[in-house]
Amino acid sequence: MSLSSIVAHITALPVATPLGTAAVLAALNKFLPRRMADTLAILATLVTLFTETLLLYSVRSQPFVYWYGGWAPRSGAALGICFVIDPLSCALAMLISVLVLVAFVFSLRYFDSIGTMFHVLVLGFLAAMSGFAFTGDLFNLFVFFELMSASAFALCGYKNEETTAQQGALNFAITNTIGAFLVLCGIAMLYSRTGALNMAQIGRALGQQSDATVITAFVFLLVGFYVKAAIFPFHFWLADAHAVAPTPVCILLSGIMVQLGVYAVARVYWAIMAGPFAAHRGALMSLLLVIGTITSLLGAIMCFGQRHLKRLLAFSTISHTGLLVIGFALLDPHALSGVALYVAGHGLVKASLFIGAGILLHRYGSVDELELRGRAQRHHFSGIVFLLGALGLAGVPPNLTFLGEHAIDHAATLVHQDWIPVIFAFSGAITSAAVLRVYGRVYLGWGDRESLRTGKQIPEERETAGPHHRIPAVMILPAFLMVIAALGLTLTPKLRRAAETGAFTMADTAAYQSRVLDGAHLPNTFAPPGQTALTPTLISTSCAIVFGLLLAAWSLSPLWPKQDVIVRPFKLVMGGLRSLHSGHVGDYVAFLTLGAAAIGIVLGLLIRRFGM
Amino acid sequence: MSLFPYLVAAWLFCIGLYGVVTSRNFIHLVMCLAVVQSSTYVLLLTIGYRIGGMPPVFAGVPVGTPAVDPVVQALMLTDIVVEATVVALLLSLAVQVHKGTGTLNPDHLRELQG
Repeated sequence: MSLSSIVAHITALPVATPLGTAAVLAALNKFLPRRMADTLAILATLVTLFTETLLLYSVRSQPFVYWYGGWAPRSGAALGICFVIDPLSCALAMLISVLVLVAFVFSLRYFDSIGTMFHVLVLGFLAAMSGFAFTGDLFNLFVFFELMSASAFALCGYKNEETTAQQGALNFAITNTIGAFLVLCGIAMLYSRTGALNMAQIGRALGQQSDATVITAFVFLLVGFYVKAAIFPFHFWLADAHAVAPTPVCILLSGIMVQLGVYAVARVYWAIMAGPFAAHRGALMSLLLVIGTITSLLGAIMCFGQRHLKRLLAFSTISHTGLLVIGFALLDPHALSGVALYVAGHGLVKASLFIGAGILLHRYGSVDELELRGRAQRHHFSGIVFLLGALGLAGVPPNLTFLGEHAIDHAATLVHQDWIPVIFAFSGAITSAAVLRVYGRVYLGWGDRESLRTGKQIPEERETAGPHHRIPAVMILPAFLMVIAALGLTLTPKLRRAAETGAFTMADTAAYQSRVLDGAHLPNTFAPPGQTALTPTLISTSCAIVFGLLLAAWSLSPLWPKQDVIVRPFKLVMGGLRSLHSGHVGDYVAFLTLGAAAIGIVLGLLIRRFGM
Repeated sequence: MSLFPYLVAAWLFCIGLYGVVTSRNFIHLVMCLAVVQSSTYVLLLTIGYRIGGMPPVFAGVPVGTPAVDPVVQALMLTDIVVEATVVALLLSLAVQVHKGTGTLNPDHLRELQG
């Protein structure tokens, strides 16, 4: 047996291992001591991570398709369900496993009452996300989407004793369930048109033809997945969910689950819709660029207005996911490689920032910026996480986010969208300023207690047990390892090249279809060689961090306007934005409905304008 | 195939969403969500329906006999199972909200604003 044929049979492990372990843990819930559950869960995650590393190694030159039960397609018709293993899906699955591992390690010191159900849910979450990354079947994608959602809803409302936790989880669950229905409607429409559920088969059956049904189906899928990705105007649930979720869950929600929504749209686009939208690229690009830009700016502004640390980081995630949509909107493999790098960099940095917030909650029993003012002055060590995290959010080299931004900037100049670096710089500046402000206030004791009357105080109870006078290594160590990884990975030679290969392979629709449907053994698609100047991105990220520092310093200085002197228009805007985020699920669903309708109408109009 | 079932599906989807948006009780809201969900059943079954088709059980039936599409029925069953989980979860969250705050009205739960 050759290496590749052995590897093929371990393809099921990234889903089977966590699911199996979750079942065992759930069955033995009553008898298993806590430490045993911890060990089993971490072992299962390590096995998953190891399998995915092997898979990535085996597809370094050529992707492969694994058909469950050997149900390979006959004459181009797929009856079985397949996993498509290509470099990008493997890398994404590895990032998922790494973050789950970090969440488990962090939760070693987690409050004792959690029992083993926490592990069961996180393992279910891991299985769903891995399957979501690998699957080549549209309905299978939906099932993993729902499994992912159900585990996430339960995890989000895990802190049963807090009433806000259930509200946040309800808002999250209701909006995302409606998103799932939209996805299902989209799938049903595509099935009615093509009689297929396999993405490659749908793509081949559609070819270049696009009509109202196909475009409507894509809008349904887009909206459904972007509800999960928290893109404006579907983003409202995210801040509520993050504000109430336990810290390890925040790591997973913000670090990777939200980005999987962007990934799903990208996967569907390149496997199915690249043909039908070949004539409407301009329309789709304009629409997505606008949505991404609004999301990014809105997230950044709301981020700066928060005093609840987890909510602040949640809005920063919204802002950065908006940037990812901008990157995808260019519909270019170069930009896609940038998006992939950005997802990795952002995931690592954001996860460590959430751990930083979790450490403050553990040590001082609060995540309220004003309440924490100056209280961590003797613990500068953990503050370094916030400093390095802020640099990562701004995209300062050598962060992975810088590499990603550079690839996206480069693709943007090719299609004459030269304003895109400005949006990256703006969002990077504001979100890093917010994190730097937190660092200044909490770790240096700068600023006063009154200047930030904005934002609402949400009570948050300690989640951790044990002595609170010191910070456990299992919390601080993963955070440091991740920020250092976000810096160090950039220096890995050929990382940029590997990301480009992954992106070009994913974006090669014809090769994807013949790999899946004809069983063709096609090598990875390589990007044309070429060097691009780093200077423009260097300028934009330097601007971002300089403005971020200045803004943070200004907001902590006595010069920062007090609430009653804030200029009226600004106050109106902020007040308006705040009242939009009402915490009322009916409002969120109303926005979701209006947003979905608006996106459909605008896309229709744009397509008409750009010509059918 | 007539347009009527598609209109029913669209109507169920919209009326369910209207219920979710205007609901003043979480239990009622979850039931409205179930109405939205039933529109996906109608849509899926309609897509697979063939006029004059028999049930998709092929034992002892001559080849070429028209039958309704079993794939969408399988999809619908999966959909029911998945959503039953979600609805159960939502209802349990609603119970917890009621235990904690004594109300089920989303209008009274504004702690997460801003």
